[in-house]
Amino acid sequence: MSVRRLAEKQPPSFAFTLENLAWAKGQIAKYPEGRQQSAVIAILWRAQEQCGGWLPQKAIEATADLLGTPKIRVLEVATFYTMFNLAPVGRFHVQLCGTTPCMLRGSEELKKVCRRMIGEETEVTADGVFSWIEVECLGACVNAPMVQINADYYEDLTAESLTRIINDLSAGRTPKPGPQIDRINSAPVGGPTTLTDPSLFAAPAEAERSSAGDEAKDQGRN
Amino acid sequence: MLADKDRIFKNLYGQHDWGLDGARRRGAWDGTKAILAKGRDAIINEVKASGQRGRGGAGFATGLKWSFMPKQSDGRRHYLVINADESEPGTCKDREIMRHDPHLLIEGSLIAGCAMAANTCYIYIRGEFIRERGRLEAAVQQAYDARLIGKNNINGWDFDIIVHHGAGAYICGAETALLESLEGKKGLPRPKPPFPANMGLYGCPTTVNNVETIAQVPDIMRRGAAWFASIGRPNNTGTKLFCLSGHVERPCTVEEAMGIPLRELIDRHAGGVRGGWDNLQAVIPGGSSMPMVPAGRNEADTLLMDFDGCREKKSALGTAAVIVMDKSDDIVTAMARISYFYKHESCGQCTPCREGMGWMWRVLTRMAEGRAHKREIDMLWEVTTQIEGHTICAFGDGAAWPVQGLLRHFRPEIERRIDRYTANPDSAGVLDPPVPTAAE
Repeated sequence: MSVRRLAEKQPPSFAFTLENLAWAKGQIAKYPEGRQQSAVIAILWRAQEQCGGWLPQKAIEATADLLGTPKIRVLEVATFYTMFNLAPVGRFHVQLCGTTPCMLRGSEELKKVCRRMIGEETEVTADGVFSWIEVECLGACVNAPMVQINADYYEDLTAESLTRIINDLSAGRTPKPGPQIDRINSAPVGGPTTLTDPSLFAAPAEAERSSAGDEAKDQGRN
Repeated sequence: MLADKDRIFKNLYGQHDWGLDGARRRGAWDGTKAILAKGRDAIINEVKASGQRGRGGAGFATGLKWSFMPKQSDGRRHYLVINADESEPGTCKDREIMRHDPHLLIEGSLIAGCAMAANTCYIYIRGEFIRERGRLEAAVQQAYDARLIGKNNINGWDFDIIVHHGAGAYICGAETALLESLEGKKGLPRPKPPFPANMGLYGCPTTVNNVETIAQVPDIMRRGAAWFASIGRPNNTGTKLFCLSGHVERPCTVEEAMGIPLRELIDRHAGGVRGGWDNLQAVIPGGSSMPMVPAGRNEADTLLMDFDGCREKKSALGTAAVIVMDKSDDIVTAMARISYFYKHESCGQCTPCREGMGWMWRVLTRMAEGRAHKREIDMLWEVTTQIEGHTICAFGDGAAWPVQGLLRHFRPEIERRIDRYTANPDSAGVLDPPVPTAAE
């Protein structure tokens, strides 16, 4: 478990924008009647976006009011799930995966880059642009090491490429998400070793015609 | 090697159109109405005959699981819930399905829903997968627009799919924790029984299946159980997505036949172990919760990548996420980092897990530096056995097994480190740092 508490300094009030309020009603409608609490994560997430990336106490309470549940039910959700930031984060919040598959491929080097360029973990830069945190497995292990910056994954990183990405972001440029080396998504470097048979992707009629030939080829291979 | 025509995930790498047109060109949504028309029992029997076992980790027979759902509704709704909360370290297969071939998942959900008389399906995707969620939601909308799903759709089974997301909690990948989370609560696993097939989401009969399991179902139904069963070995049939990460030359995700030898899998698709096969130190064959298999003639050299093959080596296939560690790797530190993961992700409900995870992590961290007593190795083993099997969910087991794997195979390495430190100790000593609170 991790100890997660609300920030000491809290804004005095929070109100959903009309747009978000309408959106939240739509979320509640996805679930059966009387089960509106199911929408709590989605609505808290939207509240966090509205607050610039973190969840103040008043936003948690407003969500509880909206759902008609006791405040503690929403507070315990907000403190349980680690993607809810209980203190302010930078405009670009770098979540650096440090779990073993990423660690094996060099996430420690990336942490040094973050410390050098951004500062200590969970601290926000003075201009409010960057913050970083080490998180647990983000599920892109064959593209390790990787970070998530806001919604996007940046994969196959080195100290150099992460430095470039952070520089690009601070200069207002938009770096390309995904693998930062020459590879197609999760395919091996140098090109896929499978799914190379062109008849798989031909129009149906064509595929039927060529499938007889394929079978002969497969038998030859075996 | 599995022939390309026998692969299910033809757009694994996203080189082609992920949308409805592209999916149709690759064979999806072909004859779905006829499949549903066969009826519940026929679908379940076909999946049973295929021998498919769940791809999410536990390897439970899919058809059998579906057959646990009540045959007659007692007035409660039936739910299908798709577990897309992929968070097991080393695993990144469901992500590829959701962003590159989402229609296989959607079509599979419809077929599975029909087989268990469920009209509603929730897909629970992990919160971090924001782009993948966007893609999946777009694909679901395409299916609604084409009237493939929804009320009065052209396939003849009313079916709604709702994409739901989490917010960063590994534990929500556990079946019942996922249901709690879906109900808008903390993700605390529920004791079983009652099993979800009797009392699951909102107290209604529910089946929870993994993304890959469900996405394979349309192909099983179209090509037939015999085709699926002809791949792999008996009791370990079909194809599987393998994620090869860590110290391999070219990490990748690849679909292969079950039962492929580990060495062939790594050499053929990942360019071999870094520094050659002889440089292998150990491999975790099934995601971080599974015990490691060390290098050696009777160990990793002869490991067959399926449920029974991994069990023969005292490990398990799990999610088939292969984490490779070569001889340059500090294996005790790597395992300590896995323990840190479990400490971070424990939900805190059961005492052995909540307290044990932090304890194991601290001891392993000291052992990695040699700052420990040799008797603590046995103590650590004993603690793992006290956690294993003494918690509500399998999280405790999954955290204890990798530590047991380390102790089983690398005890001499830990002892060497302790000897080295004892010969030349520093002022830090062997004591744990003080812990401010019990539940960290």
